[in-house]
Amino acid sequence: MSIDHRAGAHGERSVGNTAGSSDLAPTREQLAAMSHAELDMLGARLDDTEVVVLSNPPPPGSIAEKRAERQVALCFGLATLFAFAFVIVFWGAGWFLPDWEYDVGGSAFGALFTPLLGLTMGSALAFLGIGIVLWAKKLMPHEVATQGRHGGASDPVDAQTAGGTIMAGFARTGLARHNIVRRSLLGAGGALGLLALVPLGGLIKKPGRELVETSWEAGVRLLRDDGTPVRPADMLPGSLETVFPAVERGNRQADAATMLIRLRREQVDQIQAPPGQEDFAWEDYLAFSKVCTHAGCPVSLYEQETGRILCPCHQSQFIVTEGARPVFGPAARALPQLPIELDDEGYFVARSDYPEPVGPSFWNREK
Amino acid sequence: MSAPAVPPRSAPAAGSGAARAGAPVSPVGRAAAEVDDRMTIAAPLRRTLNKVFPEHWSFLLGEIALYSFVILLLTGTYLTFFFDASMQEVVYEGSYAPLRGVEMSAAYASSLDISFDVRGGLLMRQIHHWAALLFVASIFVHMMRIFFTGAFRKPREANWTIGVLLLVLATLEGFTGYTLPDDLLSGTGLRIASAIILSVPVIGTWAQYAVFNGPFPGEEIIGRFYIAHVLLIPGILLALIAVHLLLLIKQKHTQFPGPGKTEQNVVGHRFYPVFMANGGSLFMVVFAVVAALGGLIQMNPIWLYGPYNPAQVSSGSQPDWYVGFLDGSTRLFPAWDISIFGYQIPGIFWPTVVLPGVLVTLLLLYPMIERKLTKDTVHHNLLQRPRDVPVRTSLGMMMITFYLVLWISGGNDLIADKFNISLNAMTWIGRIGLIVLPPIVYVATYRLCLGLQRHDRQVLEHGIETGIIRRLPSGEFIEVHQPLGPVDEHGHGLLQYGGAPVPKKMNSLGGAGRRVRGFFSPIEEPAAIKAAPAELEERELTGSGRPSDGGRPADPRP
Repeated sequence: MSIDHRAGAHGERSVGNTAGSSDLAPTREQLAAMSHAELDMLGARLDDTEVVVLSNPPPPGSIAEKRAERQVALCFGLATLFAFAFVIVFWGAGWFLPDWEYDVGGSAFGALFTPLLGLTMGSALAFLGIGIVLWAKKLMPHEVATQGRHGGASDPVDAQTAGGTIMAGFARTGLARHNIVRRSLLGAGGALGLLALVPLGGLIKKPGRELVETSWEAGVRLLRDDGTPVRPADMLPGSLETVFPAVERGNRQADAATMLIRLRREQVDQIQAPPGQEDFAWEDYLAFSKVCTHAGCPVSLYEQETGRILCPCHQSQFIVTEGARPVFGPAARALPQLPIELDDEGYFVARSDYPEPVGPSFWNREK
Repeated sequence: MSAPAVPPRSAPAAGSGAARAGAPVSPVGRAAAEVDDRMTIAAPLRRTLNKVFPEHWSFLLGEIALYSFVILLLTGTYLTFFFDASMQEVVYEGSYAPLRGVEMSAAYASSLDISFDVRGGLLMRQIHHWAALLFVASIFVHMMRIFFTGAFRKPREANWTIGVLLLVLATLEGFTGYTLPDDLLSGTGLRIASAIILSVPVIGTWAQYAVFNGPFPGEEIIGRFYIAHVLLIPGILLALIAVHLLLLIKQKHTQFPGPGKTEQNVVGHRFYPVFMANGGSLFMVVFAVVAALGGLIQMNPIWLYGPYNPAQVSSGSQPDWYVGFLDGSTRLFPAWDISIFGYQIPGIFWPTVVLPGVLVTLLLLYPMIERKLTKDTVHHNLLQRPRDVPVRTSLGMMMITFYLVLWISGGNDLIADKFNISLNAMTWIGRIGLIVLPPIVYVATYRLCLGLQRHDRQVLEHGIETGIIRRLPSGEFIEVHQPLGPVDEHGHGLLQYGGAPVPKKMNSLGGAGRRVRGFFSPIEEPAAIKAAPAELEERELTGSGRPSDGGRPADPRP
């Protein structure tokens, strides 16, 4: 549907050439004599579109038009106003307005700065949007356009010739005939593909012992987050303290966090230590890994009445008197227990690393 | 400047117009002619401007997603000017007093700086976060519209597939994005992500080391997530959105059945100017809503959470909403660690890798599955009403129910807390609900669809209930029905159901006249609009209107 330039510049000839709708092709004179609206309708028809005007905007000078104009202009005016207000709040803060920086317990303006920016920006944009809607709704003609749709398979001529072009071109490359060229090219393509992929191997790293070991070992003291060691007399029955190994940055290690729990007197009799861990506790003190065996969150919520530890991420519950066995939720394994004793100065130390890997399960955890 | 005899390009064609037909005279027109002379774009430009878009509110949902994405690109670029994607430990010395002197990663410190020390930075950060929530939400709702109306059917299966990929990528983009500040909440999420990666059978530990460059957390992950969040994923998103839109333009929009609408046409507004104005205003309004939310409603107050510390966690910590269903599935899944020959498949693998994998695969393949089962291989450009496809609608509702149970369970600790329900009871409610509710919803939806279908047919056959009870001279009471079209000798409507909404109230036929004009207060006298001529109202009914009585209710009476 393009203008046919071969038609030349002679006025008598048709200048438009539309497949199957030659009646739409006006002469140059007709074209020149057409108004914009007529050209628009002609263009629409050339694009296979019928336009029906349902209703026109209110006539020029009518009260309805004036009202619509006022509404649109009011919206655009308010948008302008709020945009300026945004600029004033943004740059005026700290200049002729109070400082914008938020200060805990400081000026009210600091707390209002961001809300004011949001309010002015949102209002400016909203009024612009509403103004455009009103403009389109009240001042533009309402028309309905119906456009033809030409989906489906291509014309057989197009499809066949496209296929023919591809196949004939392929035949001209000779790839079908020159087996050695084809195979060596495939080989090169594969090798270069491999070449492109191999650098990603830099990402691959052999999993190390870090997954199954922690910094805990025999004689390493149990330190609080602030670096102070713990003595038995420091904790009340029923209390819990998060402790870390006394190594460099031990309190930042993801797998080392340990809960030191002092049982209440009546709970001591209920202890059912798992086989092999009967001597891991020190009197009424027990130490368990704080890293959940389900997804690795720190299990933090200890209910001393029931002796249950709850993981706040997925609500697995562990019972401390029974070797931190999971009793509810998605966790399947008990929290590993850290064997503890006292050193010469009476502070808690580990007797060894955890007997099993801490944290979430993985494929070869037990290997 | 004298004009030669027959020069092709000179002499203003002010009056004659014969030789210089349509030659532009305005400066803009001349500039356009110059461009067209070089690029020959008049026809494609006109075709674009004349492109017809059908009108329905639900067609704007995808636009909301598109505009949110534009907002995300704008605000996200701004945030990169200030964000430092480094896990280097620094001591915070910024202007938020409660955290001064605390050790934290440079990523968290720069996020605090964006919030407290960059003028307007908090607004940008919050707009970015709100726009991200809206982006995924609008994709979801847009997708439901596509699903329930059958817009994914041939020839649009490819665009559905791209849409599903966009949803997955948007979720990943959101997750990598909210992880970047390295606060306590997002760090806990990252810890769980690490456990999920570890849980993959056989390659779990290798995958963990490939992604994190070592055990959790390592020192690379924020930097890696950053480049994924600002370059890799947005690049793919942008490319897929471009293809999504090009396919939409090439294949043209679907439309709901209605007067004049066929499989072979598109009825609506031309792109220019009305659709352009509507689209522009929708962009403004979407941006306005997000900007107002970003300024007025606090989002992700990372300064309250504190820096990430593997030994700390807050209760009631939830991810962004679109990840919530995975949190829920993880909470509900029973403690099933499978052990084979000493190798483990951790329980967390099923609800976080297998479940979303299955859901996404089902979504990707749904158009093909439905095509296979219904053996429907023709082109469809007219949409279906959900009630007319009860099986699909019920499947969709079942799916939504399943999703919602998971999603609600993602916050079951908060529900337990706020409503004083046992946490363990909430878990069991979720577990049972997940299995029991979807089939119930399937059956209920199916019956509802059939009911709605029958009601459509009933109205077409018997007409609209007018609510008018008349007593005939014989003493018989009848209820007057308004037929929608011609009727047969039994008084039954002859109109067939065509997939379009059937009017169910007299008002939709103008039974009450048009509505009184005026938004806040009427600007015309209600009396000026009269429903029907008064004489019709007051005329006495002398027969039942049944054909056996020699008439029908809709007949104009003498």
